[in-house]
Amino acid sequence: MAEALLQVRGLTRRFGGLVATDRLDLDIGQGETHAIIGPNGAGKTTLIAQLAGDLRSDAGAVRFAGEDITRLSAPARSLRGLARSFQITSIFPDFTTLDNVALAVQAHAGHSFRFWRPARREPALREPARAILAQVGLAGRADVRAASLAHGEQRQLEIAMALATGPRLLLLDEPVAGMGLDESQRMIRFLASVKGRLTIVLVEHDMDAVFALADRISVLVYGRIIATGTPEAIRANAEVRQAYLGEDAVA
Amino acid sequence: MTSRARPLVLGLGLVALAAVPPVGGLLNQPFYVDLVRRVMIFAIAALSLDLILGYGGMVSFGHAAYLGIGAYAVGILAHHGIHNGVLQWSLAIAASMAVALVIGAVSIRTSGVYFIMITLAFTQMLYYLGISIEEYGGDDGMRLAVRSQFPGPLDLQNGTVFYYVVLAILLLFLVLAHRLIAARFGMVIRAARSNEARTRAIGFSPYRYKLMAFTLAGAMCGLAGALLVNHTEYLTPEFMHWTRSGEIMFMVILGGMGTLVGPVLGAFAFLLLENLLSGWTAHWQIIFGPLLILVVLYAKRGLFGLLPGGGPRDG
Ligand SMILES: Nc1ncnc2c1ncn2[C@@H]1O[C@H](COP(=O)(O)OP(=O)(O)OP(=O)(O)O)[C@@H](O)[C@H]1O
Ligand SMILES: [Mg+2]
Repeated sequence: MAEALLQVRGLTRRFGGLVATDRLDLDIGQGETHAIIGPNGAGKTTLIAQLAGDLRSDAGAVRFAGEDITRLSAPARSLRGLARSFQITSIFPDFTTLDNVALAVQAHAGHSFRFWRPARREPALREPARAILAQVGLAGRADVRAASLAHGEQRQLEIAMALATGPRLLLLDEPVAGMGLDESQRMIRFLASVKGRLTIVLVEHDMDAVFALADRISVLVYGRIIATGTPEAIRANAEVRQAYLGEDAVA
Repeated sequence: MTSRARPLVLGLGLVALAAVPPVGGLLNQPFYVDLVRRVMIFAIAALSLDLILGYGGMVSFGHAAYLGIGAYAVGILAHHGIHNGVLQWSLAIAASMAVALVIGAVSIRTSGVYFIMITLAFTQMLYYLGISIEEYGGDDGMRLAVRSQFPGPLDLQNGTVFYYVVLAILLLFLVLAHRLIAARFGMVIRAARSNEARTRAIGFSPYRYKLMAFTLAGAMCGLAGALLVNHTEYLTPEFMHWTRSGEIMFMVILGGMGTLVGPVLGAFAFLLLENLLSGWTAHWQIIFGPLLILVVLYAKRGLFGLLPGGGPRDG
């Protein structure tokens, strides 16, 4: 078998006495959509932050595309093709929607020690950004201040910014959290449309999203993965049911 | 957005500034030429602070350091008989750039209160250095025998010529800053101010951009220092006193952080009020405090926000 795109070995993170990520191993194959589920406080966001380079790890190693990235900063990882979205929406509120995405394009378009030409008039930044806004369904909102977007639209913008970096691996932290039913179904359809072209690590509480999108699912409890398998296998796993899913989710 | 009103307001402001020397001459009030020249010098300093404070989110509480370095560069060279303006001003810019690079390299690794304290501490060090060097006047300072000398008609000894030189430099910096903040570079530092974690997540390393902004602002303020010592014709460590840093910050906040015209308005309002009130009562600063509080509470974008075209923050 070819080397997995992302290989995590023995990854650990402590907050004081609390072990938020506990010697965690994980392999994500090229093109795979891998859901990570688990109860509140299981360590899902901590894991995403460690993978994205926002949070230092106390032990363990992360390899991405054959390279050891354990010590790389978040921007260095972004430049290598790792993109994340945030559970708690994280955008540039005073900039327009299009600016937000164009900034993500700019970050991957060479250095920014350019002092004269207005960035908002650079087609090389604006056109790719517009195309991505159209993809996620925000084209009509391009020139609105991001702060005045509705919650669901801001969640879409999160994804658009991640996509604009041209990633190989998307780390999504609860992309449909707080969305209405319609919105979340649109988001799930959208993610289904990019699935396969991109490798996705999907942290999500919404089981509809998980079962609609995931090729494999890992269940995280107290910083450890207690089970990994296909959606069917996870559904059938008694330990998982007890730890997390609850009887109604199994119906 | 009333973007059509903006060029009109700016044009009127420019005409007014250009008209100060002839009108002052007509009314036989050279004092006003002097005052407005001082205002414009501080406007340059305030504009440079606004680049890092308003656009870059770096609360530098030591910006007077560069005013002092620029002034000392001119004063020291003059003291040793070098009056060539090109040399003096180049040294002023280079020295303040170098110091800003060092201070920035240390302080930008921190944030919040630590950033404020480190920038303040560095400036205090320079202030005490200025006080302790007797050769250059120490505590008392020293007179600048002649103003910086330039070839041709640029005779700064002539107050009107000097006035227009300062005005030209202010305009040049306004244009440069206007381009810079809208260019890729400006977008990065504004993004980092707005949301540093997001900026890093999309692939920027903000440190190097913030450091560059900090260094450029230092250079700009260093030139303001060179102008200031020519204006006062007196070199004193008071240029670097921490209250001076506070005053420059006051101008920026009063005029409108994160705007280009704001610092100019702020410098005007501050120095004119100071002038007016200090002729009235020795305790004029008591009136300033509440004024700043009112501006912070009720005019989020300072005086600029009250102008036509002074819309909400754009990134
Ligand atoms: N910065 C921090 N300092 C201290 N403890 C933290 C910190 N971040 C997370 N924790 C703790 O680590 C554990 C894992 O938190 P994390 O946010 O990763 O959980 P999660 O699985 O994402 O939960 P949720 O489903 O609610 O988003 C929790 O007990 C949390 O309180
Ligand atoms: Mg979480």
